[in-house]
Amino acid sequence: MTAYLIRRILALVPVLAVVVSVTFLLIHLIPGDPVSVMLGPDATPAQIQAARHALGLDRPLPEQLLKFYARVLRGDLGRSYFLDRPVTQALLERAEPTLVLTLSALLVAIVIGVPSGIVAAAQPGSLWDRTLMLAALLGVCVPGFWLSLNFIYLFAVRLGWLPAAGYASIFVDPVAALRYMVLPAVSLGFSQSALIARISRSCMLEALQQDYIRTARAKGLSHATVTWVHAFRNALVPVVTVIGITMAILIGGAVVTEIVFNIPGLGRLIISAVLRRDYPVVQGVILATATAYVLINLGVDMLYVFIDPRIRYE
Amino acid sequence: MSDAVARATWPRRLGRSRNVVTGALIVTLVVLGALFAGAVSTHNPRRLDPANRLKPPSAQNYLGTDEFGRDVWSLVVHGSQVSLLVGATTMALTSLGGIVVGLVAGYYRRLDLVLMRVMDGLMAFPAILLAIALMAARGSGVGNVIFALSVVYTPRTAMLIRSTVLSIRELDYVLAARALGRRDLAIAFRHILPNCIGPLLVQGSFIFAYAILAEAILGFLGVGVPPYVPSWGNVIASGKNVIREAFWVSLFPGLALTLSGLGLNLLGDGLRDTLDPRLRVP
Repeated sequence: MTAYLIRRILALVPVLAVVVSVTFLLIHLIPGDPVSVMLGPDATPAQIQAARHALGLDRPLPEQLLKFYARVLRGDLGRSYFLDRPVTQALLERAEPTLVLTLSALLVAIVIGVPSGIVAAAQPGSLWDRTLMLAALLGVCVPGFWLSLNFIYLFAVRLGWLPAAGYASIFVDPVAALRYMVLPAVSLGFSQSALIARISRSCMLEALQQDYIRTARAKGLSHATVTWVHAFRNALVPVVTVIGITMAILIGGAVVTEIVFNIPGLGRLIISAVLRRDYPVVQGVILATATAYVLINLGVDMLYVFIDPRIRYE
Repeated sequence: MSDAVARATWPRRLGRSRNVVTGALIVTLVVLGALFAGAVSTHNPRRLDPANRLKPPSAQNYLGTDEFGRDVWSLVVHGSQVSLLVGATTMALTSLGGIVVGLVAGYYRRLDLVLMRVMDGLMAFPAILLAIALMAARGSGVGNVIFALSVVYTPRTAMLIRSTVLSIRELDYVLAARALGRRDLAIAFRHILPNCIGPLLVQGSFIFAYAILAEAILGFLGVGVPPYVPSWGNVIASGKNVIREAFWVSLFPGLALTLSGLGLNLLGDGLRDTLDPRLRVP
């Protein structure tokens, strides 16, 4: 297990190296001179020269790349001109809302998705099955950001049940935090629940065809026990993989959801940075989210070992 | 079943798949709308008419008007042009890029290691965030949206082609071709590529759907095509500001987006089940 873990972590090194390189190269994709684009039309040639030197853009490309690696490894992601603080500090300040939103949406996706898939699989071809799978197909196709707007119109504007937008920290005011988080979490989690439902259903169908299930039935165990205890555990393994994939989509979707609901997280940070051409912040956000995603997938792989004792890594 | 028989029954098998037929019908409808946008729309989608702002759906404006008095029906019809242009071009470019990278990686083992790590690295970024970052660097515009989405989605196609190549390159007929002295490039194009067409079509329809959705998201966030261009994402974004008074502005372009996504997903599901039953989700 330890050897496997070490191998797995070592395999992340090239991936993360590519992530850092792509992040670095972003600056060089800017058409024309990145520094004059960043500083705007009012900058004097002297200012441009100074900024170019400060950013190290007057050095050869390989040297710049190495310096960038060295900085990132030290945890230094540069400084935001507009926010007047280190990028790492800005990231930490904005991480909480994004984290809360992503995890709540994941919870919604699992709570809706897994039971729907299992109920559908219990009687394949039944009315329940067909209704749920049609809903899942629609759920996959409905754009989350548009669903959010419709939710706002229905539940905030028309019914007035929940606030239309805003955010409260769960550590400061839990009740308000919950009220603010319901609509964003449901609209972000809904389309992922559709994906999870489809996968749970097919995994469950496969598990229910195994020999030991027939044995369990023959033993006279109840339908519920067979479904929920025997089949469910074994259908869980692929579902966990999907949850890993889902996390990537949720992190991306959180950006859009934050804009719709005016949540001060990483999504709003990167979008305002894009509009202000604050490139260090743009680089910081994509670097941080990609790294988070890579680590989450490592965690998911580790989780397998605990869920499925048959899996042994040597 | 011989190859010739299989090929002859392809169209019939596709025609019998309900998913393929429904999906193709929906996609055809959207394509026709885009092609004949000028004839189908009732107003000039770019004409501002402040006297008629935020009018609910009526006989003059089928789907109402937005905050600038533009006709929402005409905006939706013309918006499909941007969506389909971005979707189709991204699909073509990712297929092309995927074929090149996938063939090279599947064929030259030494390059494989490097190329696949690069693809892994690109796929580690959440798709929409990488697209946003690329748009930040390149600036708004249809061309840049296509560029950004092609970079984001090419790795998935490259992986698919690579795995298809790996499974085929050791088959007897490829070995036979090599024994006969065929060069690598000829083998790749004559013998291996044709086997990739099925998976490529399936993947292509899903990438088409992702690209349309991603284009709308970028427009909605204000980092896609410029705001004056009628696109679904842009119209939904302007509807967000007036959702209290005029729900129809964001509702209808979103419905068009959902419908197109549904059509392409049905088509993709159906193609997968028909062309490659091994991939079928039971």
